[in-house]
Amino acid sequence: MKLIFEKGAPGQGLSLMPPCDVPEITLSRPRTEPLDLPHVSETELTRHYTALAKRVHGVNDGFYPLGSCTMKYNPKINEDMASLPGFTQIHPLQPQETVQGCLEAIHTAGKLLGEITGMDAITFQPAAGAHGEFTGLLLIKAYHRSRNDAARTKIIVPDSAHGTNPASAVMAGFTVVNIPSGPDGCVDVEALRQAVGPDTAGLMLTNPNTVGIFDKNILEITKTVHEAGGLCYYDGANLNAVMGVVRPGDMGFDVIHLNLHKTFSTPHGGGGPGSGAVGCKKFLARFLPGPVAEKDGDGYRLVRPEDSIGRVKNFYGNFAVAVRALTYVLTLGREGIPEAAKNAVLNANYMMKRLSEKYAMAYAGPCMHEFVMTLQDLKDETGCSAMDVAKGLLDHGIHPPTMYFPLIVHEALMVEPTETESQETMDEVCGVFLSLWDLAHENPQALHDAPTRTPVGRLDEVGAARNPVLRYLPHD
Amino acid sequence: MNFPAELKYTKDHEWVKDLGDGAALVGITDFAQSELGDLVFINLPQEGDEVTADESFCDVESVKAVSDVMSPCTGVVEEVHTELEDEPQMLNEDPYGAWIAKIKDISAYGELMTAGEYEAFVQK
Repeated sequence: MKLIFEKGAPGQGLSLMPPCDVPEITLSRPRTEPLDLPHVSETELTRHYTALAKRVHGVNDGFYPLGSCTMKYNPKINEDMASLPGFTQIHPLQPQETVQGCLEAIHTAGKLLGEITGMDAITFQPAAGAHGEFTGLLLIKAYHRSRNDAARTKIIVPDSAHGTNPASAVMAGFTVVNIPSGPDGCVDVEALRQAVGPDTAGLMLTNPNTVGIFDKNILEITKTVHEAGGLCYYDGANLNAVMGVVRPGDMGFDVIHLNLHKTFSTPHGGGGPGSGAVGCKKFLARFLPGPVAEKDGDGYRLVRPEDSIGRVKNFYGNFAVAVRALTYVLTLGREGIPEAAKNAVLNANYMMKRLSEKYAMAYAGPCMHEFVMTLQDLKDETGCSAMDVAKGLLDHGIHPPTMYFPLIVHEALMVEPTETESQETMDEVCGVFLSLWDLAHENPQALHDAPTRTPVGRLDEVGAARNPVLRYLPHD
Repeated sequence: MNFPAELKYTKDHEWVKDLGDGAALVGITDFAQSELGDLVFINLPQEGDEVTADESFCDVESVKAVSDVMSPCTGVVEEVHTELEDEPQMLNEDPYGAWIAKIKDISAYGELMTAGEYEAFVQK
């Protein structure tokens, strides 16, 4: 299909402009060439984007069980609230007394998310999960430095962790110490005991972990790190399984990030905007990036925490995502939040049970909000890999689960249905999964050739990675 | 699957070829490349880098994942196989010819296996 720049011709564009609502000025360095803009009519423009929309797959189109990404349905009321003119027709530099409602929204969102996670203070500056990890690690660094304990240079990360964990630790100037998982996919507590010491800055962990299992030794794990003088960081990627049921703060974590765009329902997966809000216990609050909104008499004001690590993003982060999260929390309320988490766990267990009829599970159940299958046996028997099965799903209008992750499981497919799917949908999807298992045995070539019913067929991923074309050159 | 008898192997799937005089060539095994799939990028060490046995000294990227390559020995990088930068597929096509680095001044080796032991190890 053509790009919008390749459509239309000069003279076909829209010529009716809305009246200018700001004073006109003359630029000191005027543009010497006209901007290379598309010349298309409104009809063509609409059709172009409708055509694009028809070629993508989102939660609004069908099942999207991308494990560890929590691709849940995003209630439309969130969009209504985030679109209110009071939230959109504002400027980040306008006087605080004229945006009291916005400050109240940020402050309230922070209080509610703090209540859900057991944290005392929150910043909404980080724009996504890994950005939140980086920010949280800088808090840990600032804490150790404030105590003149410069020897704490190591961050412990289990081998099942999201790749962003070690990457963020390195970005924040730490050295990463990898510890192995036990056969149950949980932290090997003995290995952790061996790893901690006077050089331990902290531990990064998700719970439930990356294989969808709640680490039952969590209190012992956080205690071990604390006793060695380190802090505990909670990666909120998997909070959807436990929100409103158990709090990271009560598990012993000192600092966390939340993927508001996952757990608290903002459309994501297309590059954002997201929000990796970071929460911490009281003793770390003075290091938070500023400004944060705090109560001031009857109103609110923005303040910079006294020993702030500084800004990690311009202004207040992706504010509209915080508004969506606030809407979501207020809509679901005290009963709805844990109910969502419990249904997420129930749905995952339902699918896990049904798929175990043919597929091998990497870890015995029950699981939390997601489960990991290993297709190594299928590959050995039929030559069909996890990739082939994933491609086969595309032909049935289903987005594939997360593939080849976590790295400790061979031929992994990680399925996270979320709470927003009905039993009927899950039955249908399980039926497709099971039929693909049969197809792998009966006609493996058909799976190697999949997908055949999508706008493009099997892509040359190796070619794309070895010879990436990163720049579109218009016309010439 | 190929396990040349003249090489030694690590549990992290690297091979090492002793060149005598405290020097050795290091690469990844046939099993490693087949598990990783088509390699698309390699982040090579630099000449003069000090490497430590059982610690990462290089990483390779396939369409599936980025993986650390652990050093089988403690020493200093004497030479790097820079052709791999442009042609990482050499690691898939000829894993025992596509050495990654030559290490000199080797003071220690990590735990190594013979070809027979390694073959038994990967078949587990």
